[in-house]
Amino acid sequence: MTFHPGILALLLGSGLTSSMLCYSAYEGVRIIRDWDINSGSERQLELERKTYLVSTVMSYALGFQLLSLLLFIYTADTISPLFIGAMCAAGSLKVNGFGYPTLIAKIISCLLAGLWLIVNATDNQAHDYPLIRTKYWLLLLLTPVVLAETTMQAGYLLSLKPNIITSCCAILFSTDTNSFVSDLISLPHSLALTVFFTSAAITMALGLLVYLKAKGILLFSLASLIHCIFSIVALISFISIYIYELPTHHCPFCILHQEYSYVGYPLYVAILVSAVSGIGTGVINPFRTLPSLHNVIFRIQKKLALVSLLSILVFVLITGYSILFSNLSMEAY
Amino acid sequence: MIHLQDIRKVFNAGKPNEFVAIQGVNLSIDSHGATALKGPSGSGKTTLLSLLGCMARPTSGRITLQEREITSLPERFLTAIRRETFGIIFQQFNLIKGITALENVMLPAYPTGAKHASLKKRAMALLDLMNIADKADAKVEWLSGGETQRTAIARALINNPAIIIADEPTAHLDTALSREFMEIMRQLKNEGKTIVIASHDPIAYASDVIDRVVEMRDGILVSHEDVT
Amino acid sequence: MGALEKQRHILDFTLSSLGRRKGKNIALIIVYTFVIFLLASVLFLTDSLKKEASQILQDTPEMTVQRLVAGRQDLIPVHYIEAIKQIKGVQSVTPRLWGYYYDARSGANYTLMVNAELNDHAGEIIIGTGVSMRNATSMPNHAVWKNDVLPFKTYDGSVVPLKVKGFLSSSSELVTSDLVLVSEADFRKIFPIAKDHATDLVLKVRNGKELATIAAKITQIHPDCRPILREDILRTYNAVFDWRGGVILMVLAGGFFAFIILAWDKATGLSAEEKREIGILKAIGWETSDILLMKFWEGAAVSLTAFFMGIFLAYLHIFLASSILFEPFLKGWSVLYPHFRLTPYVNGYQIAVLFFLTVIPYTVVTIVPSWRSATIDPDSVMRM
Repeated sequence: MTFHPGILALLLGSGLTSSMLCYSAYEGVRIIRDWDINSGSERQLELERKTYLVSTVMSYALGFQLLSLLLFIYTADTISPLFIGAMCAAGSLKVNGFGYPTLIAKIISCLLAGLWLIVNATDNQAHDYPLIRTKYWLLLLLTPVVLAETTMQAGYLLSLKPNIITSCCAILFSTDTNSFVSDLISLPHSLALTVFFTSAAITMALGLLVYLKAKGILLFSLASLIHCIFSIVALISFISIYIYELPTHHCPFCILHQEYSYVGYPLYVAILVSAVSGIGTGVINPFRTLPSLHNVIFRIQKKLALVSLLSILVFVLITGYSILFSNLSMEAY
Repeated sequence: MIHLQDIRKVFNAGKPNEFVAIQGVNLSIDSHGATALKGPSGSGKTTLLSLLGCMARPTSGRITLQEREITSLPERFLTAIRRETFGIIFQQFNLIKGITALENVMLPAYPTGAKHASLKKRAMALLDLMNIADKADAKVEWLSGGETQRTAIARALINNPAIIIADEPTAHLDTALSREFMEIMRQLKNEGKTIVIASHDPIAYASDVIDRVVEMRDGILVSHEDVT
Repeated sequence: MGALEKQRHILDFTLSSLGRRKGKNIALIIVYTFVIFLLASVLFLTDSLKKEASQILQDTPEMTVQRLVAGRQDLIPVHYIEAIKQIKGVQSVTPRLWGYYYDARSGANYTLMVNAELNDHAGEIIIGTGVSMRNATSMPNHAVWKNDVLPFKTYDGSVVPLKVKGFLSSSSELVTSDLVLVSEADFRKIFPIAKDHATDLVLKVRNGKELATIAAKITQIHPDCRPILREDILRTYNAVFDWRGGVILMVLAGGFFAFIILAWDKATGLSAEEKREIGILKAIGWETSDILLMKFWEGAAVSLTAFFMGIFLAYLHIFLASSILFEPFLKGWSVLYPHFRLTPYVNGYQIAVLFFLTVIPYTVVTIVPSWRSATIDPDSVMRM
């Protein structure tokens, strides 16, 4: 392994997050087993206090996960000079089989942790905590995801050996290779562009409908999920080349570099936030039939829809700005 | 207004030092009156007061507040109810040292998220009502006994509660200040507030402000008598 | 009901509470700051050394060819050039002459290097700032002037006087500090190197992607040669500096644990006064999550204060105070760098790494104590 400080930081961060989740899961099991809201026993009061601890721990854990995702990409980027052929994170992640799976696991665990906090916040609005068992079961499902991510990350970072020959992003994200990614890239630009902006418009319209009229919640939730995928596709297929002003450079990581004024960070955060809040509206939707949540749940969905809407808007605005003010003219392509 | 039904509160349940603070308590407190809880220390007065004031949950029994069952409400919601319904005055008043009288009065309203300016205006009005507006910016440790007492009362009133709860308010006061305290309670009662005072001081429980005296002993309600 | 207004109220109150308990917090902040200062210093130093190294290497050729004899680097016969020139893709091959010279007068090692531009000016040299300062130590505050003459001892004991023609200026002192540029004639006077030999060969290559192939061909033609790629050197440097930095971080981990225990202790050991305050707040209508929010702001205020102070001090330490604390540990350069100044180099990544290594562990150890103090019963203050 290499003793890179960033690697130490990532291992430490994930280790701490995992142990926090394990502890929460342990408390979760006790809550699932013994919770009885009608009891005034000391045991019940103690469990109630523990719910505060778990909420706090989970909020911090989500924050750490989000930071850790960014640091992970940043680290992969920084260590790329150690590997022959790597020029950015795209290459260093390919050094061994754990790189890309870790990245995906990190994104998924961020999404899930965000959704869990939404369910938790919803439950805390109802005086009888109707979702208490549901949410702790969900917590028990979330914990293995985070543990798997920590393990894969350790597997990736600890088996890094300098001098491994890997590919640079120009090869990974090019049309020459035969892969899913190359299919994405070879999509005609006008098509990719139209699909992305149409999906953004539809999702935002549905979000507005949810915000104003409380209608089409499940549709909006589904649209958010699809739009999240389209956003990533759009990023690789055409947004990147406008940012790089190079018709052949499709790397989704180089946009995190200083040369491109770190524009990748707001873009990725916007995708994550819009996905979590948008999907969140649908996740809590089945609970609206519960009497104690009946009046609360729509208020929460409204807020979430607004947040999701604004994040998509931010993403679209940055993208639009990059396209309009790019020195690259795509007419020739 | 508040109904307690067969209330029991146990501490350290199931352990060797298990201790039953109160049991079998049935009590109703009506609006717009003044009730005194009297009894020696250790009689369960304070426990009963904390249950009445939604600061703790009973081990068993039922509490209803304005027709709403609150026994099994989690702390999150109980606190919101307590904040809106009860103003609490402690023995020794328990102001927070190091900050001004005005800030102390504003403190209970911070979690409500009220606008700072309107909150300050409300707090100043209360200090003015207590005739200590000129002490608003003084740190509480520099206040006299009477001023401390008035600041504590102003703090209890900031969220405009319907019920004022006082725990041994006169225990550390001289006679003059004790009487002054009861006079202020009379004013509040006349304004329509409900008053509950736990005390073993005759100046408090035998005052003509009090409409009803409830006596506790060994965790059990021994008598209630209407004074008026 | 304003959530923001509530945050503001609680933040205001937290800051005023911190102010009221200065004594308790100052000790913690000092230790916290010191820990961050140490870690930040290590990171800043290793990263700017890496940066300097890559700057040095920018000017070096893409490929250097050395000859090995009995496992040691040896002089390379100039006629080797002919065969290497024939390899496809090689643009040019140039012999280089350079070596180390120990100056007994100043007690320092210089790097002597032949510069083609000086070949018409035998008897003249261009020197780096370190050399100039070192030679002037007999006369404090006086560097070597232009046209001063410096004596150089040759291999057979005689002395060659060389006149200073000029000074090397560079953005990085590390690159040029100990450098002395001489003409080929003077170099061969000082060192006994035959006309048909050079120190090493440097290659220019048409296409960077062919470097590896060309290197393989060179070893085929001249099995006693070792081609070194600039990329290899850079990678080795990076690995070495990261490794050194990492080792020091591990050493510092002990101190860090001590700090974490202190933080835990401070967070757990609430004074009676603080307990009473939280009890009062809860009794008058603050909820557990409000207290947790207060504790969050408290931790954020303490952490951010220590974090920025630590980083600021580390910056001063590394870039203005010449990293006095661990100069001997990390560098081990020659005696030529008494006032060695690195080019300031700080980026967002270092800050993010530091945040992960310090603030996150601190936050984690304070969660449980904060929660414990936040869940004091609201009626506890009535029982005191």
